[in-house]
Amino acid sequence: MYFVRFFCGLTLFAISISAFSQSKLDSVQHIGEVKVVANRYKEIIPAQTLKGKELQQLNSYSVADAIRFFSGVQIKDYGGIGGLKTVNIRSMGTNHMGVFYNGIQLGNAQNGQIDLGKFSLENVEEISLYNGQKSEIFQSAKEFGSAGSIYLTTRRPRFAKGKDTNIKAALRSGSFGLFNPSVLYEYKINEKINTTFSAEWINADGKYKFRYRRVTPSGELAYDTTAVRENGDIDAVRLEGSLNGYLSSGFWKVQLYHYDSERGVPGAIVNNVWRNGERLWDNNSFIQGVYEQDFSSKFSSKLNMKYAVDLTHYINNDDKLIHVDNTYRQKELYFSWANKYALRKNWDISAAYDFQWNGLSEFVDVSRTTHWFSAATAFTVADQLKIQASILETIVNEENRERDTVPNKQVFTPAMFLSYQPFAATDLVLRAFYKKSFRMPTFNDLYYTDMGNAYLRPEYAEQYNLGVLYDINRENRTLESFHIGADVYYNYAKDKIVAYPKGQQFRWTMLNLGEVDIRGIDLTTMVTLLFMNEWRLTGKLQYTYQEAIDITDPADTYHRDQIPYIPWHSGSAIAMLNWKSWSMNYSYIYVGERYNQQENIRYNYTQPWYTSDISLSKSLKIKDLSLKFSAEINNLLSQDYDVILNYPMPKRNYRFRIGIEI
Amino acid sequence: MNRIIYKLMSGIPVELIQKLQCKRSVKFFLLSLPFGEVRRGFHFAFLFLLLYSCRKDELVVPTEYDVLPSELNPYADPLGMYILNEGNMGSNKASIDFVDFRNAYYIRNLYAERNPNVIKELGDVGNDIQIYGNKLYAVINCSHKVEVMDAETGVRLGQVDIPNCRYIRFSRGNAYVSAYVGPVAIDPDAQLGAVYRIDTTSLEITGKVTVGYQPDELEVMGEYIYIANSGGYRVPNYDYTISVVEMYGMKQVQKIPVGINLHRLRKDKYGKLWVSSRGDYNSIPSNLFVLERKSQNSNEMVVTDTLDIPCSNMCIQGDSLYFYSTEWNEQAEENTISYGIINVKTKELVTDHFITDGTEKDITIPYGLQINPANGDIYVTDAKNYVSSGVVHCYNRNGKLKWSVRAGDIPAHMVFLFKN
Repeated sequence: MYFVRFFCGLTLFAISISAFSQSKLDSVQHIGEVKVVANRYKEIIPAQTLKGKELQQLNSYSVADAIRFFSGVQIKDYGGIGGLKTVNIRSMGTNHMGVFYNGIQLGNAQNGQIDLGKFSLENVEEISLYNGQKSEIFQSAKEFGSAGSIYLTTRRPRFAKGKDTNIKAALRSGSFGLFNPSVLYEYKINEKINTTFSAEWINADGKYKFRYRRVTPSGELAYDTTAVRENGDIDAVRLEGSLNGYLSSGFWKVQLYHYDSERGVPGAIVNNVWRNGERLWDNNSFIQGVYEQDFSSKFSSKLNMKYAVDLTHYINNDDKLIHVDNTYRQKELYFSWANKYALRKNWDISAAYDFQWNGLSEFVDVSRTTHWFSAATAFTVADQLKIQASILETIVNEENRERDTVPNKQVFTPAMFLSYQPFAATDLVLRAFYKKSFRMPTFNDLYYTDMGNAYLRPEYAEQYNLGVLYDINRENRTLESFHIGADVYYNYAKDKIVAYPKGQQFRWTMLNLGEVDIRGIDLTTMVTLLFMNEWRLTGKLQYTYQEAIDITDPADTYHRDQIPYIPWHSGSAIAMLNWKSWSMNYSYIYVGERYNQQENIRYNYTQPWYTSDISLSKSLKIKDLSLKFSAEINNLLSQDYDVILNYPMPKRNYRFRIGIEI
Repeated sequence: MNRIIYKLMSGIPVELIQKLQCKRSVKFFLLSLPFGEVRRGFHFAFLFLLLYSCRKDELVVPTEYDVLPSELNPYADPLGMYILNEGNMGSNKASIDFVDFRNAYYIRNLYAERNPNVIKELGDVGNDIQIYGNKLYAVINCSHKVEVMDAETGVRLGQVDIPNCRYIRFSRGNAYVSAYVGPVAIDPDAQLGAVYRIDTTSLEITGKVTVGYQPDELEVMGEYIYIANSGGYRVPNYDYTISVVEMYGMKQVQKIPVGINLHRLRKDKYGKLWVSSRGDYNSIPSNLFVLERKSQNSNEMVVTDTLDIPCSNMCIQGDSLYFYSTEWNEQAEENTISYGIINVKTKELVTDHFITDGTEKDITIPYGLQINPANGDIYVTDAKNYVSSGVVHCYNRNGKLKWSVRAGDIPAHMVFLFKN
């Protein structure tokens, strides 16, 4: 069924493009590649970024897989190709993370969680992670809001001289019964306007073997069982199209996105239960547009707009359990206007206003309007000291037609970023930031049948960060580049929204109860070596230490214990070797011991896990055709591990890809 | 070789042995390093990862022993008490603890160690524990099974698969188990529950009868089984009846209307039934009902009293019905907890507190209640926030705290082990 839809969509889009392109006059103007390069001047604290070749070379299937290589990040992975994957930065909780797709935030007012397993890397060109916010003042007000931000950027069309069409097609297949074709079509309508279209189909039965093995304290085998993960299948289609226009001092872009999936929810593996009956249908569509213009050398303005409709249908078909059949419909309307003005050469100010409306219907009919106002300034002293300060006001008007009125909220949150380069000739930069941020209670927190609490306050997080960065970049030397960075941080989260037991029988309510003290260190280093001409070796090492303790109430048995699923030690290592058209990658991920519940007792202890992945790829060029073959082996040593208790992860698995570019 | 080391070091905590072994391999690695000044830094980083990446064999969950601050009592009968910890749903952390009255020990989490070969241990969400004859029965709700063990050792004898099983009672060689899932329903939202009959010798299911919606506690009296139907999945259309099942024919013969969302059902020594309802957690509060025979010669039970006392759990000992209730107070954003004793003969409230030394304020969520028939000790469990270890409190018959001990997650159900 999806297959038919997939091709119907493709032809329709192709037809519309050719019709559209004929009506445009060919322009003689030449605007080659348009690149928005992050200026180091503006970006006080650069992001952790994975992009281009490096991103392709990593053994990653989805955005969530790639994010594991960033420091300070914890992924909750429920296993398999269709399993939920969410990200948490510096222990502050998934809801504090903003995920931006081509500059505009992806929303989920219902539960605040974005499943990053849904975003395939086939069309994503760059992933950036910012602690705090993107330290750039010319941005929408909402971008000043999250405690951490992930930016996903899809491929920007680039046309070689004399070419007006790019076609890229790929097929991925391998373990889990994966069949994943994708196609990307880019067309230059004229020098100023181009269009792109991309489509992808993901089909997998999601089956994989997993193993549970236990040993008695005397070393005898207690049990050793291998089973097949069931109900982890996925069938998903993604269709995307965009129209991009370049102006003499600005640009605009309109983008359409549609994602439609059916998948099984594999569920927890517990005694006597090896299969679950939950199914989930997601249907996400949005249209978004951006228009940016420099009106003079001093004044620039940017408009963003988005309209999104999300449909989620969940059923539990297990005949042993309560039957559930729920449909949730979410709508989001978003508008943003950001402005920047240069007071002096070294002094910029900016102001932005954002508006958003969210609606949710089905189990409850509620809506919310939010206004954001931001003001920011950036200042540079002698090209060595850079200061940025921003303040954000958020006003939330809750509207609810079913239950008692939920109070409106108004919150001010400041942020301050500093960086200092003590020696003009050396790339040594000291940096610091402070940021206060919050997250709104989600619709589930407020209204969920019986459990919701209309009087919840926002949940706050405060971050203090101090760091140092050192860079060496030399062209054509053996040591081509070297980079080392270290950050220490302290975060304090209060009024954390937690489920609290209410009355009898597993009945919960949500309360602003939790308080968490988080201290950590992030270390990153990267080195690129060039040798015996044409051999290039890149090594990356990343390490995070975190202590995130619950300081809510001294009477709790878990007072000052590490919060669940936060390892003290985690890290990753990557080695990439390139030679001519060959490339090889080895990556290693380590997540240290942690506890799966609040109390740090042995019954809740979870072992470390670490996996090694390798990949090999080869590019070929036949006339105008570029071909690329790659093969991956993931979990090379076939470790049996759970990221989340009772959600077993796959053993060794394989993936192959063929890509063609014209 | 490993096994020899283990044997030599028996008596040393297992973690320690493993740490030692870990270090040994690190040492070996150190020796094999080439000591170049430049390389050292890199090796150090690598070593660091290696040190922390020592992943051990996953061990069977070990049993823990705590000494209780009570006197040894070599002649105590009951000998001890089993406690079933429910464990939060999906965590697979249902566990069994044992209070050894004779040796004053609290033995935590004994199932896995006694039965190391059972894949994924006891299971997910324990819901009831009982002893009949020399067998111990644990009803594991989300593992859809009744686990049968030897009552003295806790060693597994077998299991009986029953979907969504809830509570178990016994009579004349049979066990009767209530289950939320009865026949396959055409309308998935109107799934009736059932009572299953198990032969306690062969551990086979020998009968099944369809009852009301989501049946909870049950009791056997005379030739009839009485089952409290909750209808908890059918909010707001709760069930409000007690199903009466004729035991030999396994036929539902009557449905007695009582009150919405029924839960507990206990018999007293005078042939009365005491039934609690959960209410709708909103406008209709929890309540306690009494059922008695219609007349001397009739077998038919009818509701004779509605006590207007909220009741979450109860335990009848002699003429005393101990109970507690937990209700959420929307305004104060906290639970209102009450305790009390009712005289089952007079149906009057004897006292509104059975904990007398003020220590009830240390209980967050009372979740289990049991009375020792030999000495009148009262056991109250605290489920805390459901996702951390609970506590078992023991009070003497006058309501003074004797001891408190950490249990597993959500300690809830208790049964005494008597001397044979």
